[in-house]
Amino acid sequence: MSSASSPVYDFPGGIYPPENKSKSLRGPIRTTALPPQLWVAVTQPGFAMPLLCVQAGEHVDKGQLLARGSDSAGLLVHAPAAGLISSITEHAIPNASNLPELCVVIDTDAADSNWHKLLPLDWRDAAPDLLVERIAAAGICGLGGGGFPTHQKLHAALQQVDTVILNAAECEPFITADEALLREHAADVVTGCLILLQITGANQCLIGIEDNKPAAIAALRQHCTDGRLRVVIIPARYPSGAERQLIQTLTGKEIPSGSLPVHSGILCHNAGTARAIARAVVYGEQLLSRITTLTGAALLEPGNVEVLIGTPVDFLLQQAGVDQQQLSRLFCGGPLMGIELPHAQLPVTKTTNCIIATTQRELPRPPPMQACIRCGLCADVCPVQLLPQQLYWFARSSELEKAEAYHLHDCIECGACAYVCPSHIPLVQYYRSAKADIRDAHARQQRADHAKQRFEVHQQRVALEHAQESRRRTERAALAQPALPAAGNNTSAQDVVAAALARIQAKKAAQASAPTVGKDEPA
Amino acid sequence: MSAGPLTSSPHGHQGHSVRQLMLHVLLACVPGTAALVFFFGHGVLFNLVSLVLFALLFEALVLWIRQRPVLPALHDLSAIVTAVLLALALPPTAPWWLCIIAIFFAVVIGKHLYGGLGYNPFNPAMVGYAAVLVAFPVQMTRWLLPQGATTALPGLGEAITIFADGELLQGIDAFTGATALDSFREQQGAQLVSEFLQASPLMGQWSGLGWEWINVGFLFGGLYLLYKRIISWHIPAAVLLALAVFALLFHDSGSSASHGSPLMHLFGGATMIGAFFIATDPVTAATTKHGKLLYGALIGLLIYVIRAFGSYPDGVAFAVLLGNIAAPLIDTFTRPRTVGHAK
Repeated sequence: MSSASSPVYDFPGGIYPPENKSKSLRGPIRTTALPPQLWVAVTQPGFAMPLLCVQAGEHVDKGQLLARGSDSAGLLVHAPAAGLISSITEHAIPNASNLPELCVVIDTDAADSNWHKLLPLDWRDAAPDLLVERIAAAGICGLGGGGFPTHQKLHAALQQVDTVILNAAECEPFITADEALLREHAADVVTGCLILLQITGANQCLIGIEDNKPAAIAALRQHCTDGRLRVVIIPARYPSGAERQLIQTLTGKEIPSGSLPVHSGILCHNAGTARAIARAVVYGEQLLSRITTLTGAALLEPGNVEVLIGTPVDFLLQQAGVDQQQLSRLFCGGPLMGIELPHAQLPVTKTTNCIIATTQRELPRPPPMQACIRCGLCADVCPVQLLPQQLYWFARSSELEKAEAYHLHDCIECGACAYVCPSHIPLVQYYRSAKADIRDAHARQQRADHAKQRFEVHQQRVALEHAQESRRRTERAALAQPALPAAGNNTSAQDVVAAALARIQAKKAAQASAPTVGKDEPA
Repeated sequence: MSAGPLTSSPHGHQGHSVRQLMLHVLLACVPGTAALVFFFGHGVLFNLVSLVLFALLFEALVLWIRQRPVLPALHDLSAIVTAVLLALALPPTAPWWLCIIAIFFAVVIGKHLYGGLGYNPFNPAMVGYAAVLVAFPVQMTRWLLPQGATTALPGLGEAITIFADGELLQGIDAFTGATALDSFREQQGAQLVSEFLQASPLMGQWSGLGWEWINVGFLFGGLYLLYKRIISWHIPAAVLLALAVFALLFHDSGSSASHGSPLMHLFGGATMIGAFFIATDPVTAATTKHGKLLYGALIGLLIYVIRAFGSYPDGVAFAVLLGNIAAPLIDTFTRPRTVGHAK
């Protein structure tokens, strides 16, 4: 049974930004109209190349495989709707780098066609391997924002974890996708949790949810009838929903730096992911849509929508009644960790949990940065207990070794430091840049070490060959002139030296006797 | 959509700015300043006005020479805070030229020669104060007798004459004398503390006449800063606690060799303004939590040592400057444990 008195532990720092959640929670989850075109990104984890399973001009059915990774670790991508593939091309997608990614462009059929689902599974009797295989076949990845393939995370967790944590904290302002999901689909989420327990063999599942979501908590409690599930209500504070901070809040454990939660026996998944798992296993549905929050003061009808992956953002904005006059900037994700979008001609991806269309008033542009006055407010709010202002100095002066010694790599980029900085310094930007520089430096060092190693091996080989060659030469020489008298050899050598010395002396004498012409002697 | 460069996260902000922090500090100075003006008269206001004006002038001039944007820097009010804190530390009999020299040292040498706001290792106001204290000891130790002591405060005309040039005023000696802390030290060994407290017109209920109320004023201001989270409790608490503990240790139960009660030290001289307004200057203080405690305790100890065993009228300025020297080292040795790392 879910108990109200589950212990909750503290984590350091944190901030209390205005929540701005209510306006997107007024109505139920809406289903958007079928957009005329879908841009389905086939991006793979890491920098792996996707293998395409279709080509331009081909007609695809809903649920048909579009692309997969080059090995079993990759992520399957399915057609979210039936239609004709008009092109397969690089297209801008919501990402921090602003670099285009390969997208399959589908001109959707006006009439919705059959969904080619997988066979439903009875998960209570299914072997863990089979369930993980199904999750891979449904193309499920972390829907909270990470986008890491779920089956890969589960593979590592098989028989390794004792606690599954369901992340329903949703601490970031504006975003309500998980809250809406729990209000309306708590049964699916709970089923997803039970499947995760079945797969991992863990003995408990802690559902962490912030205390500002009473309706979602009630819905969860209603469905949590299994004794292994516990709804744990945590105080609303940003970033309580960051993986390591949530684990610390629920279990009191700190995940050691550089290791993964699974090494501490904990597996953490997002509520949306749990629902996708339930749908994939129980109904055989591939991950073709997700719940996304549409919000911001520039929208007349904010709310949560069940949206097909690949739906263009501008289509969504039109559906939500965007006021183009008021619209100043667009964000994907929340205001603290989200990315600013350059324009609305971008598709929704599997990780797009929120689109914010703001006005200048709602999220104003940052004022110019001022000097750091070392006030230390940043250190007070850092959930990892770093010293942000020291890291800032190190990053600014490119003292990368010091930045590493001050644990820059433990920064989770939650943005709490920059949120409170009275000098408006874009601290996180400095850290990202320094982290990239450190990665570069490490890569360069590795290449240099590799080159040095190769050079040394090369030198050894050359020396060896040289030695062998000279040995062979002396052997050949010994064979060719077997009987040269040793004394005669010496005499001739001495003669040559004597002749050379005589030549040098003659030359010197000639120089000394020559008149010094053309040189002006100082008076 | 508005055109402009894309920004990276976070896109939200609490809304605080350096200017607002400084405004709160200035606001928090009001009660203490009011008490200071009440007990020491117009001279305090002359100091305030002249220092603020010259601080802005020097700040603008140096920024112009350094080819930095002038208006944003003036806008952050940090120069005004420096000027106000320095003005409150100068004696109310300070002549105009002393004020200018003090603020020159504070703004130009203490702040901008090190690179401006955020880069100065020493508290600029205390650099200015220490410079003139060392260079002009006579003017710097000549305080007015507070309101309520034997004589009345000088009137406005006399105050103007003192500000224009103190030496010109006839009978200036009638108005001036040492501070309570100074006279207390000088009487040491001569009489019991209780006798001195009764006899001296400079002493009030628990500390110097007037000074106790001035300190109460700055204590209120400091509590306001704490309430507004402009400063954290660590530094003021450590300063006051260390000062009180050492005063208690050497209190000597009021014999003639006593260095004064903890109450006298807590509410005497520049204790409260030092603990809440000067030692907490973020640029020059330690920044880690444990570091702030150590830093504050060091300053509290030094204030006591300089007051009890030194020969200056008060110990706050030198204590803070010595604390500033130690701050970077304290920070290095008091790094908090990063989450996920062993100690």
